[in-house]
Amino acid sequence: MKKILSGNEAMARGAYEAGVSFASAYPGTPSTEILETIAKEYKEIHSEWTPNEKVALEVAVGASYAGARAMAIMKHVGVNVAADPLLTLPYTLVRGGIVLISADDPELFSSQNEQDNRHYARFAKIALLEPSSSQEAKDFLKDAFRISEEYGTPVMVRTTTRISHSMGIVELGDVEAKKEPSLERHPAEWVMLPANARRRHPVIEDRLADLKKLAETTPMNRMEMADAGLGIISSGVAYQYAREAFPNASFLKLGMPYPFPDEMVREFASRVKELWVVEELDPFMEEMVKALGIPCRGKDRIPVCGELNPDIIKAAITGQAAVKPVQPTLPGRPPSMCPGCPHRSMLYALRRNKCFIAGDIGCYTLGFLPPLDAIDSCLCMGAGINHAHGLSKVFGPGNEKLAAVIGDSTFYHSGITGLLNLAYNKGAAVLVILDNRTTAMTGAQNHPGTGVTIEGDRTTNIDLEGLVRSLGIQWVRTINPYQVKDARAVVKEALETQGPAVIISKAPCVLLRTGFLSGKPLVVDQEKCTGCKVCIGLGCPALEFRDEKAHISAVCAGCNVCAELCPAQAIGGAV
Amino acid sequence: MNVLMTGVGGQGTILASDVLSEIMMRYGYDVKKSEIHGMAQRGGSVMSHVRFAEHVASPLIPYGACDILLSFEELEAARYMPYVSGNTRIIINRFRLSPPTVIAGKEPYPDIIPILKERTSHIHMVDGSALAAELGNPRGVNIVLLGMLSTFLEPPESLWIETISDMLPAKIREANIKGFKRGAQLKLQ
Repeated sequence: MKKILSGNEAMARGAYEAGVSFASAYPGTPSTEILETIAKEYKEIHSEWTPNEKVALEVAVGASYAGARAMAIMKHVGVNVAADPLLTLPYTLVRGGIVLISADDPELFSSQNEQDNRHYARFAKIALLEPSSSQEAKDFLKDAFRISEEYGTPVMVRTTTRISHSMGIVELGDVEAKKEPSLERHPAEWVMLPANARRRHPVIEDRLADLKKLAETTPMNRMEMADAGLGIISSGVAYQYAREAFPNASFLKLGMPYPFPDEMVREFASRVKELWVVEELDPFMEEMVKALGIPCRGKDRIPVCGELNPDIIKAAITGQAAVKPVQPTLPGRPPSMCPGCPHRSMLYALRRNKCFIAGDIGCYTLGFLPPLDAIDSCLCMGAGINHAHGLSKVFGPGNEKLAAVIGDSTFYHSGITGLLNLAYNKGAAVLVILDNRTTAMTGAQNHPGTGVTIEGDRTTNIDLEGLVRSLGIQWVRTINPYQVKDARAVVKEALETQGPAVIISKAPCVLLRTGFLSGKPLVVDQEKCTGCKVCIGLGCPALEFRDEKAHISAVCAGCNVCAELCPAQAIGGAV
Repeated sequence: MNVLMTGVGGQGTILASDVLSEIMMRYGYDVKKSEIHGMAQRGGSVMSHVRFAEHVASPLIPYGACDILLSFEELEAARYMPYVSGNTRIIINRFRLSPPTVIAGKEPYPDIIPILKERTSHIHMVDGSALAAELGNPRGVNIVLLGMLSTFLEPPESLWIETISDMLPAKIREANIKGFKRGAQLKLQ
């Protein structure tokens, strides 16, 4: 049977066909839909959102200790969070197959960097599979579990945005039975203290040699010989672009680029006249080709930065200048916080207090944009509170106004330890937890603060204020951010404490449609409007300024923040 | 055949491209489609590449190789000129959604027709949004526009209707099939 599936849907299907028992993830673009599809379509697999990626990998490892097949799914930067378990995991004994899916984001469509996670496979000394289509995305998942168990190794499947979010036709396959769990003890292989880990290190090196032999023979790596004048080594979506650009060239298509199939590469190189390596981001394969002493071209012409496409590859290899036809200058349409978003008024209240606002990862990062201009830093998940603390220690209490914002999901991900540090080391900074009751940016996933699991079960619902107090924060206020004047006053008070302070800004994300807001658009009394633009300063997409007056469109969610701010009291409910 | 669908988050562009892809698979073509998710719901620009042929390699349309550009919003039609050549047919839904700088009164909503005319003479405006509103189903504008698009593609109407019926929830099925049929009769201007 054939179906059109995205790469992410195909990987979920692949997990199902592979008889996976357990899948865990933290949401992150472009990986999110893999676990969502599993939870929706393949209920045979236990799925769970974990607070962060380190937990996701460790719980999956626990499941695999029982002999069950298990996998953890994350975006590229999530692997940084999971890097601690990842780099020791290869030392340990594999019972049930264990697979890590890393979804990279060349071009930074929705990320803070464009790191190339293929390096992690080499760093951890594990097998790396890289699908080029939805069909391969499904098939390679099954291969990954087979390799994991046969060779006793964790396997990393690396996808990118253009594989995860592109759709293609997939021929569905048979479903393998799930493995029966059994509890065993393997202390010499699972207790990684020095004496055991020292014995296990040579196991990794021997295994790598075996995996290299596999890379030479697996059908995932194949030569597609045609015109011998041009030979292209490629993987992932770059292979498809190169095929589009050079349909008659010869290809060495690597679905398993690590360990590197040296002999196959040597043979391919000997059979073609001009050799190119076409890959997105870093010269990962190119450096391995060059290490074999084989001359090739690649990153001297093909960009390291950004994603590729057929035109870039064609221009690079033919030696033409990269032609990007001229695009007219048009008003941009960047993403913005939704009409009625509770973050908007809270960020406005912070900005009006003229403090430094350390940011974090989430929808609120969009508050960086004008006119709010209310985010001063954003490094990685959980970093904002620590930036504010570090600043506070350099300046000393009372000298600078320092605040940080973090979403609820991000706070549970990696904000708790930072807040603990702020309390322990007595930083003078205000943390605003933007508690919108969901993981909004990735499409509203549940988390430990929502009281519901991905499988729809009711579960424990964290008492956020209690948690904050238990970390040692004494000054805590929970507020309704839509009452923007009050919010501004509370921020002022918090900044004046000159010690650790937390404001919980609590209102549900408008996308959840909880009924918290009326949903009825407000109107501007054109007679009363003085054209002062105070409301326009909120940057709400529902507010438009034309003919020297403010106007409110039908997308207004009725949050009333602009009405509260309007000096002329010109904004009110529909008559 | 390369179809580029463009619009603004929330207009149903991605669902429309899902439906088109499914139809082309059922019709017997290899199909690939690519788009960017994630921030689409936040009111940003959305584009979806749909490619179908005997065999499709790249999920992205090469520059200048777009056969039909179907834009759900006027300004968004002009944003993807690198994909347009003199052979491209551009179909634009008559609907304007002001971007942030226009909302803030910093610049006017641009006149896009001259930009498009520099590339191709095959430019059509259609009143998809007005028709969807007239039918009492403003959110169904995506299926109305698919109806209009269907008149330029090979598959018979029956396959379109069957596929739409399979893919849309029962609650909105009838209204959308009606929208599809009316869309197929939309006049090109």
